[in-house]
Amino acid sequence: MTPNLHLWIIPILPLAGAAINGLLGKRFSRQAVAAVALGFCFAAFAMALWIVAQFSSLTLPHLDPPLASWLRSGDFNVNFSFAIDQLSLVMLLVVTGVGFLIHIYSVGYMWEEGGYYRFFSYLNLFMFFMLTLVLASNYLVMFVGWEGVGLASYLLIGFWFTKESAAAAGKKAFIVNRIGDFGFLIALFLMITQFKSLDFSHVFGLITQHPQQYSVEASGAGVLTAIALLLMVGACGKSAQIPLYVWLPDAMEGPTPVSALIHAATMVTAGVYMVARSHLIFERAPSALTVVAIIGTLTAFFAATIGIAQTDIKKVLAYSTISQLGYMFLACGVAAFSAGIFHLMTHAFFKGLLFLAAGSVIHAVGGEQDMRKMGGLWRTIPWTFGTMTIATIAIAGIPPFAGFFSKDEILWRAYQANWIYWLVGLVTAFITSFYMFRLWFMTFFGEYRGEAEASHGHGMAGEVPAPPGHGHGHGGIHESPKVMLVPLVILAVLSFVGGWIGIHHHFDNFLVPVFQSSAIAATTFEGGAATRGDEEGPGLETTLMVVSVAAGILGFLLAFLLYNRKPELPARIAASVHGLYTAVANKYWIDELYAWIFVKPLIAISGVVFWRGIDQGVIDATLDGSADTAREVSDNLRHMQSGNLRSYAGWVAIGATAVIIYMVWVGLRTP
Amino acid sequence: MIPLSYYLVLSAILFACGVTGFLIKRNIITIFMSIELMLNGVNLSFVAFAAKWALLGKSNPLSGQVFVFFVMVVAAAEAAVGLAIIIAVYRTRETLNIDQVNLLKL
Repeated sequence: MTPNLHLWIIPILPLAGAAINGLLGKRFSRQAVAAVALGFCFAAFAMALWIVAQFSSLTLPHLDPPLASWLRSGDFNVNFSFAIDQLSLVMLLVVTGVGFLIHIYSVGYMWEEGGYYRFFSYLNLFMFFMLTLVLASNYLVMFVGWEGVGLASYLLIGFWFTKESAAAAGKKAFIVNRIGDFGFLIALFLMITQFKSLDFSHVFGLITQHPQQYSVEASGAGVLTAIALLLMVGACGKSAQIPLYVWLPDAMEGPTPVSALIHAATMVTAGVYMVARSHLIFERAPSALTVVAIIGTLTAFFAATIGIAQTDIKKVLAYSTISQLGYMFLACGVAAFSAGIFHLMTHAFFKGLLFLAAGSVIHAVGGEQDMRKMGGLWRTIPWTFGTMTIATIAIAGIPPFAGFFSKDEILWRAYQANWIYWLVGLVTAFITSFYMFRLWFMTFFGEYRGEAEASHGHGMAGEVPAPPGHGHGHGGIHESPKVMLVPLVILAVLSFVGGWIGIHHHFDNFLVPVFQSSAIAATTFEGGAATRGDEEGPGLETTLMVVSVAAGILGFLLAFLLYNRKPELPARIAASVHGLYTAVANKYWIDELYAWIFVKPLIAISGVVFWRGIDQGVIDATLDGSADTAREVSDNLRHMQSGNLRSYAGWVAIGATAVIIYMVWVGLRTP
Repeated sequence: MIPLSYYLVLSAILFACGVTGFLIKRNIITIFMSIELMLNGVNLSFVAFAAKWALLGKSNPLSGQVFVFFVMVVAAAEAAVGLAIIIAVYRTRETLNIDQVNLLKL
């Protein structure tokens, strides 16, 4: 008898916070709003810690008794039920832990904005859906969370909805995600027809128990490949992979804590989590796995190159996020799921930190996001500078910081699968290191290039009561208040030590119960790649490690040379490869391409067919037509009721005549 | 012996004349007379049926005639009251055109 952990309480807690702030928050003071949001978020985190404390005594995967039956149709049955295993525990801790830190940070960052209660209500709502996604024990509940985080993301990207670009970015994120969700939904339908269930345990049990039926050669494999590919479409949408990544850079229109929480640390990793969760399906569909690896590799490289030429500090980080997510998919694609989840976790630390630190920089320079107007900030905002440095080193993959361990493991596993993945991954690591240090140098070193007296405020500044410990004037560049710095420091510590649990494969071993078959899959389907790696032994692994560290350091040196020693050089290089530079700076015109191929034809067709044809021609015409008819008829009938008594009498006479004629007619017909 | 239908047709003609006059005439007194015409058309069919049933030897052959008396009494009362109203209307408004006495109309 396993104990009932009441896992459902974890997501419900932030939902309660969202409800309280959303419904009543307008009358609350800022302190009360922050207290409610932080309180419920911390309660969820505390409960996650409580589960960690009990973890060793649980039989895993632990399945809580279902809360209620949701759908029941014949032998198909879906429950509201939650489960936890090692994988969801990692996600749970990342989401609640990093989420809570970002909540704290937001208290300071959003203090001077209007709609304070609205912001925290959305933020808590996001936590609710994200925790539902992570803790779900079947695909349908997971899908609820999946859609819900999309909704929360939409609301928060468009938080400054009076800004047209923000509203448009929110819409773009939502619509692009819908395309991915469409694939996810079809995958669910296929699963229902194939397995008659959406429960993780049931579906995966069927796959493992009938290896013949779902093996590579058998007929079931085609369906599994289809399911895996469609799930990947969903993951591409949510996790911003090629070809559906276009929404994430625009999503930077949202407040910076949102970018940190949703578009770096948690939501965008939901796709990785989903693929890792469905690893049994992917392992039985090696071609789908290859697709995942290729998409991941391409995205990692492609987004990294765009990151080089961006000048908006948040846009650089956005493309960096896409690139790092590509790494995670690469890991999943070579069946190194635990490496992918490991990178997910470390990435949540250092990318969350990077965004928060960038937010602190933006806060310091009064809402300016263009790195060309920053510079020399390390003296004025030392804490932000210090934490950002740690995060930059971490993402560049330099030991002993967190990013090194996870990235190195991914590269190692990629090398075992195919050296091309490794090579592209290595080049990407170099580019990553380069553009991150470029950002670092441009922001913190050299001369300050912005206007001296920047007006303060980011987005729609509301009325401004002074936040705690923030009472000084807002004239010049200033360090952020403590409430923003504390999360930065904590995340910096995590970015520093977070990778150490990967030493000696502790993290791998922790996740082994979940991914135990991945090793088998690798040997079976990757043509004995794992064995080959083992034969070549640790010597090669060390060599590769040194190479990847060298790539990171090389990136740093190049950035140092170009953006610190010879700051006039980048412009000349850009001029010498002008065509390439324009292409990269314009993000390869992918947005324009999509607009040209999909958006404009769709708008044109919608204008002619859907709007004028169907909406106006059929739907409106039916409704308006019946309404017009009714009005015309009653308009005519209205004249009967003239108030003229004699005309009434006339109607009575006509009626009586009609009755008489009818009676006579009936009488004549009856013999 | 004149057949019943003759009486009924005459009665219907009288009634129709009354209805027509009621509807198309504007003078209150003419309308009043049209009402009397309708009542008398009905009275005619009453007595015609009464005579018919008396001939056929049905019980209560007089009920039709009795009805006619009631109708005549009501008509007399109506005439008394109605003419009084007409005189009152004429005194106050100096017209008997019904279209100009339609204050109650919306």
